[in-house]
Amino acid sequence: MSLDLLDRRLLFVTGKGGVGKSTVTAGLALLAAERGQRTLVCEVDAKGGLGGFFEAGRTGFAPSEVAPGLFAMTMDTEESLKEYLSLQLKLPLVARIGPLARTFDFVANAAPGVKEILTVGKLAWEVVEEHYDIVVVDSVASGHIVGQLAAPKGINELVSVGLVRNQTAWMLDVLEDPARTGVVVVAAPEEMPVNETIELAGRLRSETDVDLAAVIVNRVLPELFGRSEEELFEELRTPERATVLAEAAAGDVAPILDAAELAVTLRRTRAGHLQALRAGLTDVDMLYLPEIFARSAGLRFTRQVAAALDEELA
Amino acid sequence: MARGGATSGAEEIGTLQQLLAAKEIVICCGSGGVGKTTTAASLGAMAAAHLGGKVLVLTVDPARRLANALGLERFGNAETRVEPSAFRAAGVEPRGELWAAMLDTKQSWDDLVSRHAPDERVRQAILSNSIYTNISGRFVQSHDYIAMERLHEIHTSGRYDLIVVDTPPTRNAIDFLDAPERMAEFFSSRLLRWLTAPSKNRVLSVASKPFYRVADGILGSQFLEDVAEFFSLFQTMAPGFVERSRAVTATLADRRTTFLVVSTLEAAPVREAEYFIAALEERGLHLGAVVLNKVLPSYLRRTAATGVARRMVAEADDLAGALDGLDAPDHLVADVLRDVGESFLNYQVIANREQEQRTALARTADVVASVPYFDHDIADLAGLLRLGDALWR
Repeated sequence: MSLDLLDRRLLFVTGKGGVGKSTVTAGLALLAAERGQRTLVCEVDAKGGLGGFFEAGRTGFAPSEVAPGLFAMTMDTEESLKEYLSLQLKLPLVARIGPLARTFDFVANAAPGVKEILTVGKLAWEVVEEHYDIVVVDSVASGHIVGQLAAPKGINELVSVGLVRNQTAWMLDVLEDPARTGVVVVAAPEEMPVNETIELAGRLRSETDVDLAAVIVNRVLPELFGRSEEELFEELRTPERATVLAEAAAGDVAPILDAAELAVTLRRTRAGHLQALRAGLTDVDMLYLPEIFARSAGLRFTRQVAAALDEELA
Repeated sequence: MARGGATSGAEEIGTLQQLLAAKEIVICCGSGGVGKTTTAASLGAMAAAHLGGKVLVLTVDPARRLANALGLERFGNAETRVEPSAFRAAGVEPRGELWAAMLDTKQSWDDLVSRHAPDERVRQAILSNSIYTNISGRFVQSHDYIAMERLHEIHTSGRYDLIVVDTPPTRNAIDFLDAPERMAEFFSSRLLRWLTAPSKNRVLSVASKPFYRVADGILGSQFLEDVAEFFSLFQTMAPGFVERSRAVTATLADRRTTFLVVSTLEAAPVREAEYFIAALEERGLHLGAVVLNKVLPSYLRRTAATGVARRMVAEADDLAGALDGLDAPDHLVADVLRDVGESFLNYQVIANREQEQRTALARTADVVASVPYFDHDIADLAGLLRLGDALWR
């Protein structure tokens, strides 16, 4: 790999809903922290699930340390605005800003891109200020990420003067620098996620100047059998053999053999989609994460994900 | 209706087939990736095939997936009929008609403006305003409102007996439920009045001074002027818009409308489904059914099999010895037995976890439909109908 993913300063992790975007984000962040980087992980979709990956409860706008060297936060555009106002404008009325920010929130909802700017801006700010070695973002899903990343540029075109314009210039510097910023698209080896990943890669390139750093394929199933093993398995499936096996194992083996059949079929289907993904994306780094058969999505699971990523990035 | 009094509100609905036969609008919601679009398409196809009438599947997903599943190359805002021959190719003689449409957000906004603008000059001014172009085309929040607006429009046109809608992938699953109300609120807000007041009044107003300073400082006065101009234009459409938003809200709450919450049995989608179900209840909206997708087969949960699988792993060598007559060395047979046993135990972990989630969700709705994990992806109408067969009963 030409550029190690974790050498970048700002990673936007996106992907179709349900592919394991948050899982990969949590794994990448934990891995970065374990490798000694001071890491910020940020949840943009306020679903409140991020803390669970570290067994740390709910996270807020103010980062909290959830593991050694790993800080977690949840994006809140109103808080981001307040911070911005106090840092940038040095307004004396910050104390009265509460209701004001709410009013502003209304304009932000209506005026294009303001919320996006407040989100992207806060993250880029952390990078510029070097508060962290790396910022990993659990971003919006693939349907929205282009809009979010294109917002600074869009605003730049819309607004000819004023602070926002000055602000977007440095944001664009950060966003459009491939040494610092990259998008990670998480995919699953299923038909729709594969289509959407290919489509998104195209849109990222045509509509933004943000670098597509890598595609991480989640839930790749290991090959259960080699070729000769599969032939053997087919033989075990025959009623006579299955009966002998059941007697020897002292129990019903049908569900177990059925499950293996299911595993083989699933793996075969996914392999086909994986191939389609590779054919559709020839010039992108691709990493593979195995399906992890875990009881629940706690810290132990996140560690398994981080270890698998570590192996891929080695 | 003769028996109306006796049956109202008390009719037993136990299957999706009955539910769809009783409703005019079915809204499929749930978190991304759980199969909402496919579920909507499948139910639409089933209704057209077996219930009859004119059925529309309306998808509002920008990822254009429904077209894939329905085998249509591409369909836009225009409603397109799925050819009866496609049903026949799938071995079904359809009783009704299946139509499909995809929401083109930009086009729908333009239509809406055209309908509500008081005159041609305002219409043109809005359509060419750069802020309008951005809101309608680029920014995702505008999906929420327009999706529900379009649904309302199609429903009141009376062209269809049943409309099955796939909801947009919102940041927050409930955003689109509140979007019409928010739109109405916005038009009657003080903020809009202030924004659209002539600029010298705005500066003079003591109350608004701090806000103006902040907004001006951040956005620049030119941009603020642009915004103000846009909203001045937009406000000319306020009465129509407000009335419309209220009507859209009423459509969602109508008893002919029902919501299906779609989920897989993974932790995150289930959490979102529960959240959504609570939101429906809070708003007095009708939860028709919970649809559980990609459910692993129940044989994986058999406890008796656990011990057998464990033995296959632990005593693989002995078992391989007992299986004589295989044309392979014992160690290879043992490898296969170990792999098979381990694989079962792996999948059992997931199947058990799923069952727990299922129990929690099943309590919330009268109709709970499960769809097994299909070996193959759904790529055509036959696949949608096969999925539908599993949902229907």
